[in-house]
Amino acid sequence: MSKLSDVLTTEAAQQKTKKAKPSPRRRNRRGLILRLLVAVLAIAFALFPIIWIISASFNPTGSLASQKLIPDNASLENYQTLLNDPIHPFLRWVVNSLKVSSITAVLGVISIMLSAYSFSRFRFKGRRQLMLALLLIQVFPTLLMFVAIFYLFQQLGQYIPAMGLNQHAPLVLTYLGTQMGIQIWLMKGFFDSIPRDIDESALVDGASHWQIFWRLIFPLARPMIVIVALLVFIASYQEFVLASVLLKDKSQYTLMVGLYLFVSENFSNNWGVFAAGGLLGALPIVVLYQTLQDQIIGGLTAGAVKG
Amino acid sequence: MTVDVQRHRGSKGPLDALSNNLGRYVLVLLGLAVLDALGIWLLYRLLRDGAWPVALPILAILLLINILNLSPKLFPVRWHIPAGAIVILIIIFPMVYTFYSAFTNYSDGHILSKQQAISRLEQDTYLPEGGTTYSWTAYRSPEGEFALWLVGPEGEDYLAMRDSFEDVEPGEGIVGPADEEGIPAEMEGYERLSRVEVIKFLPDLDGVKFGQPPDQVQVVDLNSVAPLVQRYTYDEEQDAVIDQREDMVYYADEEVGFFISEEGEQLQPGYMVWNGLYNFQRLFSSSAFRGPFLRIFAWTIAFAFLSVLTTFALGLLVAIAFNDPLVPGRKIIRSLLLIPYTLPGIIGVLIWRGLLNPHLGVVPLTLENWIGWAPPFYTHPMWAKIGILIINLWLGYPYMMLISSGALQAIPEDIYDAAAVDGANSWQQFWNITLPLLLVSVGPLLIASFVFNFNNFAVIYPFLEGRPPMAGTPTPAGHTDILISYTYRIAFEGGRGSDYAYAAAITIVIFVIVAVLTLIQYQFTRRWEEVSESV
Repeated sequence: MSKLSDVLTTEAAQQKTKKAKPSPRRRNRRGLILRLLVAVLAIAFALFPIIWIISASFNPTGSLASQKLIPDNASLENYQTLLNDPIHPFLRWVVNSLKVSSITAVLGVISIMLSAYSFSRFRFKGRRQLMLALLLIQVFPTLLMFVAIFYLFQQLGQYIPAMGLNQHAPLVLTYLGTQMGIQIWLMKGFFDSIPRDIDESALVDGASHWQIFWRLIFPLARPMIVIVALLVFIASYQEFVLASVLLKDKSQYTLMVGLYLFVSENFSNNWGVFAAGGLLGALPIVVLYQTLQDQIIGGLTAGAVKG
Repeated sequence: MTVDVQRHRGSKGPLDALSNNLGRYVLVLLGLAVLDALGIWLLYRLLRDGAWPVALPILAILLLINILNLSPKLFPVRWHIPAGAIVILIIIFPMVYTFYSAFTNYSDGHILSKQQAISRLEQDTYLPEGGTTYSWTAYRSPEGEFALWLVGPEGEDYLAMRDSFEDVEPGEGIVGPADEEGIPAEMEGYERLSRVEVIKFLPDLDGVKFGQPPDQVQVVDLNSVAPLVQRYTYDEEQDAVIDQREDMVYYADEEVGFFISEEGEQLQPGYMVWNGLYNFQRLFSSSAFRGPFLRIFAWTIAFAFLSVLTTFALGLLVAIAFNDPLVPGRKIIRSLLLIPYTLPGIIGVLIWRGLLNPHLGVVPLTLENWIGWAPPFYTHPMWAKIGILIINLWLGYPYMMLISSGALQAIPEDIYDAAAVDGANSWQQFWNITLPLLLVSVGPLLIASFVFNFNNFAVIYPFLEGRPPMAGTPTPAGHTDILISYTYRIAFEGGRGSDYAYAAAITIVIFVIVAVLTLIQYQFTRRWEEVSESV
């Protein structure tokens, strides 16, 4: 997550300077050809695994040995197998992933907004320390704490079954915890950019902070809220490690853990089906990123720039 | 702006406001009461079982919610309840607990607290020789559950089911009226089994325990059912567990976390005890443990460093190539180049795992065709490492391209013009102007990327699960393992059982390294200053 936000801050710098000075330097023809060569090679490197996996997904023989770039008799067989395979309940995994990620996104946005609002609009003792603590906490990857998280839910599950291993609620909580800090900072930055005069005058008119939060700030921040929700959703959807630590049964797996199963069991025979599943599973995220690329970047830079 | 807490409450008239606030206040109190009741129940059970490490964060969260809701002064902090609760549970507790458990023997067989282990042992029952027996009649539900109707020597009767043992009369509850022998003819949801049918189901009933301790019975033979007796009892005075069946005493050994008899026999399950620096001693002074640790440590550093170097080099090259408005179709090219970055990482790694498969993958097969030889990406330590670096390059360079193209455009053009006047060629310009200026702005991100790759489990593990294996290590270790995947395998894949405490000890080492690196990064960015300015 922090990686993405880093991109966004440099993108912000880039956009600032782009406007400042568009002076093109002299270019010679040889330079341009060299550039195009780099482009072709880079694109080839980026796309060749993708093209290969698309081809494999349509190859009915389905095993790794029989790969060809253009399969002899392309068909949708792998996709059919994927959707009807009782040993690998693909659709179940998709549903699990969507469930976990969207619940995480909704709960995440709510708690992120509440905290961000307080940081942005109130001045209280210990506010600065809390914000610093939030940053500091992000330093240690949650991944390092999987043993303790495993223990926590193994113990809690003995008293509250829904909070035990192999359940989805602990996964949601874990994802919330890992993503919260940096998103609160982003959201707070965006809230700061909403002029305070609006809520000051509402306060004078007798509105409570809850009313200001829901009636004024919430509608104004809607684009940012959507983006934060999407970022949380995408990160949760892609997560693999914590899910594989916490989930034990195939029927409870999220998609990423499930796809890994194809590979760890009998890779070369499952190759075609895995290809189909991987493509279907990756598609929503790739599409989200590609279509919202500009909005995500634009929204975040707006939030990152202090008002 | 200081917030006047009174001002933002309801406002139509003083009375309205009062009743409004009163209603809300009562609601809040009610909510807190319910929450506290649940929380205290949970705390009570956790503490009773000696699971106090988990009780602490629960207590902290409960206190947080209560204090913030009851003190009007803390109204601004109240907004942090959801985030605060989650951070306590998911970040702070695991951090503290990781440090704590590194000094214990937390591992398979030592998962429970002492109290939990004792109550687990006390659940154990056995069939004593002699003693009372009951005659029995069996009933079976369509789902295959059994219920037993028992008649004792004095004619008293009981109903025994899987989880219950009750003193009931015919005609009560699910039990139907008695037949001429005094045995219920039918039972709701169950079918009475005839003598012949019972023989058929006898194997299913063998060893099945009915009821809960201490009222637990087991079928002995066709004619009798006998009560089971608790096998182990805990004697507080001796701090020992007594085996009633074998008449043996197992004394608690707080050094190893087991109940041990005088002959040295251990009772399963053991329990968790403090064992000081033992895990760290193993790590640093036992050569069997230290050997693989040091090799993996070296590869972790090399992997992180080379990953940053290769991804940055390629990303920068591509960024420079496109940092020119004359290149046609820049937006489309950028979208295409971003695909590896937008693809969920694990899927990317798994695709590459197929592409590099030595017998069947495209890359080795093609190379075999062209030059008659293909690198053994799966089996040779060095080639497996190269394979991983290639994969990580593919996954990581779009990110480097994004950040360096941003930073490139922030470098003012005048500097190049001045350099050109001084006669610097473009190669010199790159080394003396572009790269240093670029490193200033992306340097911190490179360190962050190093830290990220230092723990990049999601690339290492799905590719080969750390293979090829190292020979003769006490815990599973492989040539492509980095510290975090090594830790994971110790915790969750141990051949001789999971060793969570040892994994936690290594985690602390990783913690320290990450902390130092991050400190360096902050020195670099002076991010703290930024933070204090913007707050």
